[in-house]
Amino acid sequence: MSKDVLTIGGKVFTNRLFTGTGKFADNRLIAGMLASSGSQMITVALRRVDLSAGGDNILEYIPKSVTLLPNTSGARTAAEAVRIARIAREAGCGNFIKIEVITDTKYLMPDNYETLHATETLAKEGFVVLPYVLPDLPLAKRLENAGAAAVMPLGAPIGSNRGLETASLIALLVENCQVPVVVDAGIGRPSQAAAAMEMGADAVLVNTAIATAQDPVSMGRAFGMAVEAGRMAYLARLAEMSALARASSPLTGFLNE
Amino acid sequence: MSFFSVIEDYQAFDFDAYFQQVSRSEVARVLAREKLEALDFLTLLSPAATEFLEPMAGKAQQLTVQYFGRTIQLFIPLYIANHCANQCAYCGFNRANAIERRKLTLEEIEAEARAIAATGMRHLLVLTGEAREVTPMAYIEAAIRRLKQCFASISIEMFPMQEAEYRRLKTAGVDGLTLYQEVYDRQIYRKVHLAGPKTDYRFRLEAPERGARAGFRAVNIGALVGLGEKRREVFFTGLHARYLDDRYLATEIGVSLPRFNPAEGDFQPRYPASDREFVQFLLALRLFLPRAGITVSTRERAAFRDRLMHLGATRFSAGSCTGVGGYARPDRRQTPQFEISDTRDVAQVAEAIAAQGYRPVYKDWDLIA
Repeated sequence: MSKDVLTIGGKVFTNRLFTGTGKFADNRLIAGMLASSGSQMITVALRRVDLSAGGDNILEYIPKSVTLLPNTSGARTAAEAVRIARIAREAGCGNFIKIEVITDTKYLMPDNYETLHATETLAKEGFVVLPYVLPDLPLAKRLENAGAAAVMPLGAPIGSNRGLETASLIALLVENCQVPVVVDAGIGRPSQAAAAMEMGADAVLVNTAIATAQDPVSMGRAFGMAVEAGRMAYLARLAEMSALARASSPLTGFLNE
Repeated sequence: MSFFSVIEDYQAFDFDAYFQQVSRSEVARVLAREKLEALDFLTLLSPAATEFLEPMAGKAQQLTVQYFGRTIQLFIPLYIANHCANQCAYCGFNRANAIERRKLTLEEIEAEARAIAATGMRHLLVLTGEAREVTPMAYIEAAIRRLKQCFASISIEMFPMQEAEYRRLKTAGVDGLTLYQEVYDRQIYRKVHLAGPKTDYRFRLEAPERGARAGFRAVNIGALVGLGEKRREVFFTGLHARYLDDRYLATEIGVSLPRFNPAEGDFQPRYPASDREFVQFLLALRLFLPRAGITVSTRERAAFRDRLMHLGATRFSAGSCTGVGGYARPDRRQTPQFEISDTRDVAQVAEAIAAQGYRPVYKDWDLIA
């Protein structure tokens, strides 16, 4: 059996937990969290990166072996997202980009329309584009056609820790997308991450739940294990669920008596 | 419809009677709720709720960590002029005060910017008095254009402006607006704002909304705690924030809790707030506005501020000078607008934040225009 790997933008990942750099009490925790979780991709908001000399640069805390996924947090339009992506690439952050276009500060819902436009532009410019979206199948197919390297539907509002509230919509993406589906946002517990993987998501992105845990390093490890367990369960083909208890051989058990 | 009509709706409301009937069980019920309505907020501001500070603090801390992580955003104020046409009884820049008036030249502004940037600060708050003849829009615009070379985010705390003027400043590079109503009580507002354009209560009250419409990313409001009956003032601050938050989804609405401190000798506030009350107000604001940034300035003592990051505060000014200039040439420091209690420099504040298990954040924005 071939090794189970995830390929995005020509890069091969053996770990399916993506992480983030926000909300940590101390940037030094980031390296420890990456080590304990095994995460090989981490997203960082360019707005939090201080590229000026002498500044406190968050990038210094991320090992070179981990793929950097700069995000366009703060962008309100496709044009702004495109500009941020270009700045990130010029600043040496690589060509992966998570498009995050948010026009509402209340629920932090991604603007799917602007996100699609930014994806079209950036994919043409050679970026590896991972758009953060509301789970919407027709849109996901459009993103695919536009050259997105993955789609990142939200499970619940960012930072809400509410889990897979959009599970049934994500399931449509999982079933129908050719590109990887990465569940991003809302995952508050390792069990929710495992659930996302069990339903066939290709990866999950978790930030708040790890960063704001009392012990982010241990929580990173817990999420890493949960993602692995969920993936393994998916590959092993879960048994169908049933509302009622079922005896193991109700009809033919008598044959053994 | 503007927030003015909300204020009017409460004109006949009997706050004292409401506070009288708040029971312990009512406070407990509010604490168990997930989303608070206006009167729930008032319940948490009531004298009865002072017995519940610890459970309020627990919930406030949990919400703050969820939405902000263990982080404190740092910013620093820069006063570019102290000319002022207003006569505000509590303010050091009061036009009746015989202080040296100054307006920094663009070259001086650049020197200040460089001195501030050397401390690591990347978020700047630019302030002036209100004197449109001396510091016209063109001057403010030119100042912003110079300053944006050195900073990642620029907010203004000036006089209320027209929406078109806010748009001009946004184009020049401003992304945040801070404007305090000072006091929501109209009678007291009239009494402490004796002369000048600031006597126009309603024009000021509606300015944050004009700022949100002009497209600022962040709008920050507040009442000067001590001027009006404090529980009511904090109540209206919270309602004002909720009003804006409900209408301007694209704008981050924040609140500040500026409080008179004893160092400010001349003006005696009628409703001084104790530390205990201050903490209650901070906690109630956090529970009512879980996502709102809450600013606590250097008006508060160092040791007290260090405690507040566990209770809902998310933004600290640091290394502040509240006179005109003062960073490039500390020897030329001038009469401050208000007195500072926390006199630590930026590095010391950052160290203290880290010592509390929090991360000082210098940069959380980019001016990419």
